[in-house]
Amino acid sequence: MKDFASLITALDSTTKTNEKLAAVVAYLNSASDSDKLWCVALLTGKRPRRPVKTSFLRVWSAELAELPLWLLEESYFVVGDLAETVTLILPPPAAANEKSLTERMQELGTLRQLEEAEVREYIVNAWMEMNSDERFVFNKLITGGFRIGVSQKLMVRALATHLGEDENKLAHRLMGNWKASETNFYDLLVSSDGNENLSRPYPFYLAYPLEEAPENLGNASDWQIEYKWDGIRGQLIKREGEVYVWSRGEELVTDQFPELVELGRALPKDCVIDGEITAYKDDAPLPFTFLQKRLGRKKVGKAILKESPVKLIAYDLLELEGRDLRETPMEERSELLHKLVAETVSDRVLLSEPFEMSTWKEAAAKRDVSRENFAEGLMLKRKSSVYKVGRKRGDWWKWKVDPLSIDAVMIYAMRGHGRRANLYTDYTFAVWDGPDLVPFAKAYSGLTDKEINKIDHFVKKNTIERFGPVRSVKADLVFEIGFEGIAPSSRHKSGIALRFPRILRQREDKKPEEANTLQDLQAILEQFTSV
Amino acid sequence: MVSIDGNMAKRKTIYTNFCLLIMALITFSSKGIYCKQAGIYIDPWKPVKRALITHAHADHSRPGMKSYLAHTDSLPVMRHRLGEVDIEGIAYKKTIDLNGVKVSFHPAGHAPGSAQIRLEYKGEIWVISGDYKLGKDGLSAPFEPVKCNHFVTESTFGLPIYKWKPQDEIMADINGWWAENNSMGFASVMLGYSFGKAQRILANLDPSIGEIFVHGAIHNTNLALEMAGYSFPENTYVNSEVDKSRYKGAMIIAPPSALGSPWIRQFKPYKVATASGWMALRGARRRRNVDKGFILSDHADFEELNTAVAETGAENIFVTHGYSTVYSKWLRTKGLNAKVVETEYEGELSEIGESVNKEKEGE
Ligand SMILES: [Zn+2]
Ligand SMILES: [Zn+2]
Repeated sequence: MKDFASLITALDSTTKTNEKLAAVVAYLNSASDSDKLWCVALLTGKRPRRPVKTSFLRVWSAELAELPLWLLEESYFVVGDLAETVTLILPPPAAANEKSLTERMQELGTLRQLEEAEVREYIVNAWMEMNSDERFVFNKLITGGFRIGVSQKLMVRALATHLGEDENKLAHRLMGNWKASETNFYDLLVSSDGNENLSRPYPFYLAYPLEEAPENLGNASDWQIEYKWDGIRGQLIKREGEVYVWSRGEELVTDQFPELVELGRALPKDCVIDGEITAYKDDAPLPFTFLQKRLGRKKVGKAILKESPVKLIAYDLLELEGRDLRETPMEERSELLHKLVAETVSDRVLLSEPFEMSTWKEAAAKRDVSRENFAEGLMLKRKSSVYKVGRKRGDWWKWKVDPLSIDAVMIYAMRGHGRRANLYTDYTFAVWDGPDLVPFAKAYSGLTDKEINKIDHFVKKNTIERFGPVRSVKADLVFEIGFEGIAPSSRHKSGIALRFPRILRQREDKKPEEANTLQDLQAILEQFTSV
Repeated sequence: MVSIDGNMAKRKTIYTNFCLLIMALITFSSKGIYCKQAGIYIDPWKPVKRALITHAHADHSRPGMKSYLAHTDSLPVMRHRLGEVDIEGIAYKKTIDLNGVKVSFHPAGHAPGSAQIRLEYKGEIWVISGDYKLGKDGLSAPFEPVKCNHFVTESTFGLPIYKWKPQDEIMADINGWWAENNSMGFASVMLGYSFGKAQRILANLDPSIGEIFVHGAIHNTNLALEMAGYSFPENTYVNSEVDKSRYKGAMIIAPPSALGSPWIRQFKPYKVATASGWMALRGARRRRNVDKGFILSDHADFEELNTAVAETGAENIFVTHGYSTVYSKWLRTKGLNAKVVETEYEGELSEIGESVNKEKEGE
């Protein structure tokens, strides 16, 4: 595993894409086929399940280092990462090993079946024969926190260089629910025959946010313009009669959406539809939070099926009767999709109807009423465009409405992770309810490094209480919090859940008492959820 | 679970320590570490009449004192930084008498001229460590343990996550990095505090790899140290007369503030590295935004602190700047009387330009 550990160290010590690419290619060129497969799996986020409870790792490593557990915990607070903390406190290795990445991964795969004492013995022996790079990677794997990786795009480029193959083909091959322990490098990426996985989705084509005036895009009539729906991007696949549902996060979510399986069965032909999975009731979409109840569940109960049924709002057709349509122009794909939906007898599918627009002015007027129509803005797709891989500029744009916003007071701060382990980067915000501040949202994105440094300084100077990595701070700083949607929630103290809350800016011109109130939030809620 | 008896015993210890502080030879005042009997402060952070200085770093050797006493090797650097002040030098292990208090300076191994200060009065012995490290750096006089009853120790890196490798290994890495950059036509810019770290690196570079340059601030410190008898491999200070083509493949040593400044751009194309104990943490390495982070510190790591504390034989330990709360708790679990003392020293934070973010707990 030494080579793989060195690769991780190399990836970790540069931010330059070229250097990362070179490091991955160099690894692929020298590793065995099975190690290559594991490398591709691990670097693209296919982590195996955590084989050991982290509480055991804390105890075992502290014992090995002859340190009290509290000292390990204090160290962990400073480091901000358990795998790294354990790596740093362990005594120097007593031996060396030449185990390959594949061997290690296979061994880790069997740990769950072993008794605690046997697992301890295995882990301790492994630690004592690894250098610190190897230990770090190993610890990341056994704590289930292996997130060091490269983008799918970079991995595809590296594989294309290594194999001399087409990027699009490789990108498609990497999709789906393959497991490194159940396939091999050749079958997955090289073979050209019938080994295609029936469930394999296409890489999604993603739109860029439109930042300039739409007039710069040319004639409005060259564009297919439709609403941007607020659900989960998904692909419904029907091949050889089998139905699969994929979410954009590349997860197979077939079991969470039985309604869509029903829809798939009703489809008259084999096909792959790209669309928005949306909770939908009484002829109108429901807020996103209704969908969230489905995610992360193994089985979806009757109550949920009744309370928040879903539909697929279809907007693209990627495959029809085994033919890949991605190189066919958008306009033609749309036509085929319309025909297919018309032939389908099911109330589980809707078309995302394009608007006939000849000017951008008309489009802007449509965009202005997006929220009233349960959409978050418009999608602009060039009629002549092919279906590309990943986020590409030029042919697809999302033109969202401006976010809703509210002024709130920061009351808690939490330490960041990784690069920002020593900084307070995550904040909890509150609004006034009479004399009290009620927390209603957490947000961490939206600030520059410089602004974060300044707030970090404030947090450290104005701490009231500490709870592990969290501090409560003096209610003094006011921020404008933007969000995309709002819904009632019984899980939140405020009774409200925000969608995509983020910091728009610090309101240095406002005093804390000038922040908004819970009543203000409730008014926004009413405005956008009364159906 | 701590038993009630255990708690009582703990309270008693704290109370004893408190009494001891009142009557002791050394007290910790708002101006610095104070010895009333001798009429001196050690490394004070507010202006006082008579200051004994452990070493020439800015947070230990501050301006504004009526008179200074420091190790002879500290004098040129202190004069360079503080201007013409009333300053006297003393050799290691030479004892002087200040109103009945026997005072002597002992090598601390931290930087040229750095010293631990020993004070003895009526059989009570105190040692104030200043900053120290146990590893030999080939430049400063190596640390020597001094027996005492009360030891005031730093704790900059007082957590078990900090473990230094021998200097030879780190310098081999640094020279290797330089050689690699050199072969690809890059200049190597090495960031290190301009007194101490910069000279330590300079003294251990392999001049056969290429030409060595230093920033003006480091050059001036070097001149001061050369007056005290130190010598360095041949180097040139960066100035407008130097033909830019000479920077290709060269090593340039610069203070941390150079990162992101216009000054550094003249070395393009270049790679930049930092050498500091903080580079032990992945988060710090990534946040620092350099091409490479070398773990090289002038402070003791966790084990060195433990060794130093044990070798003094002291029964009372006063823990200053660094992870003082955690480290003193650790010493207490080892059966020592250990207590946190608040000071205004900054440790190595200034080295990575983070002293403004310093927390009192010493992060
Ligand atoms: Zn110092
Ligand atoms: Zn210091």
